[in-house]
Amino acid sequence: MLRIARKEDMTGLRAVGVRIAAVLLALLASGLLILAMGYDPREVVRVMWSGMRTLKALASMIRIAIPLAMAALAVSIAFTMKFWNIGAEGQILMGAFAATAISSVLPEGTPGALRILLMALAGLAGGALWALPPALFRAAFRTNETLLTLMFNYIAIRWVEYLRCQLWKDPAAMGFPQIAPIPESAHLPQLLGVHIGWILVLVLAFLQWVFLRRTKKGFEVRVVGESEKTARYAGMTVGRVLLFGVLLSGALAGLTGMVKLNGTAFVLAERLAGGDGFTAIIIAWLSNLSAPVILVVAFLFAAMKQGAGWMEGLAGIPSALADTVQGLILFFALGSEFFIRYRIILESRHRTERKEAHP
Amino acid sequence: MTDTTPLMVLAVFLASAVRYSMPLLVGTLGETVTERSGHLNLGVEGMMLMGGAAGFVTAIRTDSLVLSLLAAMGGAIAGALFYAVLTVTFRANQVVTGLALTLFGAGVANTVGKGAVHASTPPHIQAFFAWQPLRPDLSAIESVPVLGPAAVFLRTVLLEYNIYVYMAVLLAVVLSLLLHRTRLGLHLRVVGENPASADASGIRVAATRYGAILVGGALCGLAGLYLPLVHNGTWVENITGGRGWIVVALVIFVRWSPLRAMLGALLFGALEIIGFKLQGFPQLAGNPLFSQYIIGMYPYIITVIVLVANSARKKGGWRGPGALGLPYFREER
Amino acid sequence: MEPIVEMIGIRKEFPGIVANDDVNLQLLKGEIHAVLGENGAGKSTLMSILFGLYQPEAGRILVRGREVRIQNPNVANDLKIGMVHQHFKLVHNFTVTENIILGLEPMVGLGALDTKKAAARIREMSTRYGLNVDPDARIEEITVGMQQRVEILKMLYRNAEILIFDEPTSVLTPQEIHELMGILKGLVREGRSILLITHKLKEIKEVADRCTVLRRGRVVGTVTVADTTEARMAEMMVGRKVSFAVDKAPAKPGAVTLEIRNLSVMGNRKVLGLRDFSLEVRKGEIVGVAGVDGNGQAELVEALTGMRRAESGQVLLNGTDITADSVRQRIRKGIAHIPEDRHKHGLVLDYSLEDNMILELYDQPPFARRGLLDREAIRPYAEKILSDFDVRSGKGVDSNARDLSGGNQQKAIVGREIELDPEVLIAVQPTRGLDVGAIEYIHRRLVEQRDGGKAVLLVSLELDEIQNLSDRIAVLFRGERMGLLEASATDENEIGLLMAGVQGKGGAA
Repeated sequence: MLRIARKEDMTGLRAVGVRIAAVLLALLASGLLILAMGYDPREVVRVMWSGMRTLKALASMIRIAIPLAMAALAVSIAFTMKFWNIGAEGQILMGAFAATAISSVLPEGTPGALRILLMALAGLAGGALWALPPALFRAAFRTNETLLTLMFNYIAIRWVEYLRCQLWKDPAAMGFPQIAPIPESAHLPQLLGVHIGWILVLVLAFLQWVFLRRTKKGFEVRVVGESEKTARYAGMTVGRVLLFGVLLSGALAGLTGMVKLNGTAFVLAERLAGGDGFTAIIIAWLSNLSAPVILVVAFLFAAMKQGAGWMEGLAGIPSALADTVQGLILFFALGSEFFIRYRIILESRHRTERKEAHP
Repeated sequence: MTDTTPLMVLAVFLASAVRYSMPLLVGTLGETVTERSGHLNLGVEGMMLMGGAAGFVTAIRTDSLVLSLLAAMGGAIAGALFYAVLTVTFRANQVVTGLALTLFGAGVANTVGKGAVHASTPPHIQAFFAWQPLRPDLSAIESVPVLGPAAVFLRTVLLEYNIYVYMAVLLAVVLSLLLHRTRLGLHLRVVGENPASADASGIRVAATRYGAILVGGALCGLAGLYLPLVHNGTWVENITGGRGWIVVALVIFVRWSPLRAMLGALLFGALEIIGFKLQGFPQLAGNPLFSQYIIGMYPYIITVIVLVANSARKKGGWRGPGALGLPYFREER
Repeated sequence: MEPIVEMIGIRKEFPGIVANDDVNLQLLKGEIHAVLGENGAGKSTLMSILFGLYQPEAGRILVRGREVRIQNPNVANDLKIGMVHQHFKLVHNFTVTENIILGLEPMVGLGALDTKKAAARIREMSTRYGLNVDPDARIEEITVGMQQRVEILKMLYRNAEILIFDEPTSVLTPQEIHELMGILKGLVREGRSILLITHKLKEIKEVADRCTVLRRGRVVGTVTVADTTEARMAEMMVGRKVSFAVDKAPAKPGAVTLEIRNLSVMGNRKVLGLRDFSLEVRKGEIVGVAGVDGNGQAELVEALTGMRRAESGQVLLNGTDITADSVRQRIRKGIAHIPEDRHKHGLVLDYSLEDNMILELYDQPPFARRGLLDREAIRPYAEKILSDFDVRSGKGVDSNARDLSGGNQQKAIVGREIELDPEVLIAVQPTRGLDVGAIEYIHRRLVEQRDGGKAVLLVSLELDEIQNLSDRIAVLFRGERMGLLEASATDENEIGLLMAGVQGKGGAA
């Protein structure tokens, strides 16, 4: 018979061991699943690897990793407060929308740096504002923020679709439903072959880490996340802390949208976020909400995405396989938490039986 | 009798809304069962895709409707099983697990479905779903004034559906009775409301939750199958197109009631098509509120309003299963 | 009389502790058997094992002479064992009937429920036992005392013969306690057997036939209640002689520090939970607030600490009105608060003690400068509190609060609040769930605060604690002050009557 009991904190090293074991098991399971679906896992690995090993591929992976990491940093702040913001997808879009809007009203001769700066501010504001209503409703009525932020994603997607197909349809696109691209002066400058978003990510990761561990506001955010009641007891204004944290989270997600817009996409469309807001949740979770780990995990996810693209193009293997593998890794990682937090006791029946034999 | 009289336009529209509402209704029923047990499974989209792909591929490979239905349920149950093991037994975070299921389900479905992109529903299954078992022959009274058009109107709105539609409606009624009038339903509600009470009364909490999640998954699978097999007649990548998320919204909108789910699904189904229909009215064309894209937002906006109103009510009233989203663990101390 | 239940050599472990160690217990048919022990002595664990909620690591259970394995509550049910849990296991938005029939539903036809029949039977049983329960009421609409009677009916509905009551009186008024004791005696007269878990000696004396005493998971002994004294049982429970009186000199009260004027506060049910309440607490005195749980204590405390808005009335600290101040402003002005629930309010369980010790001061210099926390300043501060207040923890200030025993957690909170050097110390149930050693320690520190010239407001549900510590006693009943008594000039009887709403000579001054 099995019994389950909470265990004392597992030491960091063993916990890491369990997590790594989970990922390895997940890869093994992925291999079996790929085999079951009629593809050769060795071929999959070979093709994916061939798409990763060049310098150009590395640059491309970093480009993919930038928004993933930024959005993961964003949601990790909300998650620290146990505010389950799954609205990063929408916040990314609204950030990009706000940036596009600002750009469209700026005079043509605006210097690139100024335009980029203003667009970044607009991105921050757009994301924050899109996160505001769920935060307000949660603070005021305890409305379920998971479902609210989820709904806001789809409202944002439809909104941008509306802009693209109707309101902002570019007459220069010859009937093709498309929004006018941002001017070339607004493209983010390149550094070492990748747009400077990568520097921004490193800085943000450091700032997030400092914020949560070393600042007054960060302390409040963490206490509210652990126990709202204790926070209230200690004199913190829970609603205000919540609002602050969620706005920060939304703003970062919005900035992610701007970086995607100005760094790689150059044109606003509802596909701009492309699921990054959801993948970010997974990355943040797998990273245990820790900023440095987020950077690493985001890069690994980007590598997988990059490899998957090659898979489709080179070998005709559906790129959806990569989603499958990511899903499996997440399943196993989620399951592994259990083995870190609890211990399973195998009830030895023999002991009791022996006792019965000699009363 | 032409379809251009205003009455018939309305009838055809309503009938069309009913058809569009089917995957929403069946999915909502499934997710309602799951959530009533206290588990918020955000993986509906994934399960619908898995069920749809498994069922459709089975249909074109075996030519068998029965096997297709079983495969649809089985595929989605497989996904739900991951979710159940992780959230019930391993107590993982339900939100993240649900998202993982969506990602995983879409991955599996789009990989499996790849080979079925150009295939279409086997003819005899097509014929089966074209069959309208309750459609009466009205040729005798069709030309009678008033009575004739009224009868035709009613027939179009109520009786010109395939068997899937009637089964779904029956399912909603049965589930409602099950939930409120039977022991199983009472147990399910207690487990979702207050698992500790259920446990102390000898109800097996984990088993009940597993059951609810798997049944919920099976229904999502059947909901997903409707799209390629009945509605589109073929598979396209991500065929559900976000309907799984609408289902999550709908469950809240109808406040976890299988009977209200029929009305809710009909409303959301109507919103799904009304945008296209309104393009036929040039006088509305300039008004953004009637743009098909803006109308596409309405289900989500309505859900937001319902969510907020539901939580803002001062007192009394039920706000959904009390233990929704919370794991239960007896020996915690 | 023959034994109906025998538990032999029961052992149960939880991470870090042995909750039951070689425990033997024998329940005779038709007796009321008390299980006495301090908090954490393993009483509830033992009973949960008998009810099938926990599985023991070792040991045997015999029911009616036959060895049984009680794997889950269903098995207990079949053995006619029933249990009323300390925290009732009722579904709040379900009716009384639905709650009672849960797991044992009468059916008609193909699995349809027959609630009408069940309701009729419940009504009949309710009348027979004088329980006065309405089967159609929803649980959320009825009083706590009534909820307990629903739990009793639930056992009777299952024809339980072995009835376990886990701390049944902690939520009841003296009146309701009296009624419950009558019900228990009636049940035994019918031939049922009762296990009564409690830490209240008086109740044992009143109804129990025998008493098994547990200490730290082990049985100290089983005694016949008629042949022993409360003092003797207390000694067995604690392991040494205990004097319940607290050593303290007469108070030397000074100026009024905290003044509460006609305070009215809304309760959770949107009716006034505290009405027109006035009280003064002076420097150098402890004022106790007595009352049965839910009679306005929470509203009073939350209004004083700023966690809840007052509808009307004022709170004055040293003559200045603080009614509109926030929690933080009040903390700064000198209101410290030992909260009722140390897990939910007092501590962040998964944080280190270091972080927990600066919960109220993290934004103040020297702990924070320009928005950044200064660990160099925080650490020694936390270390000092832990050593001054004898908080024992595995890893010092780095220990997570969760890993401490209840007594050490509470000492840490008491230390943190006293270290704020407040004007007024509001202590709510400061010793709930602690063992006698920790209780004595905390009581000493509270008296020390009084003698140091602080104003102390003590809110407690334990009448003994109120009587032992307070210099003056205010009694709350249904949100109103029923009386204000000099502790030295009153007795339990008088306070008890006021707690039950019977107007005494103290009057509503």
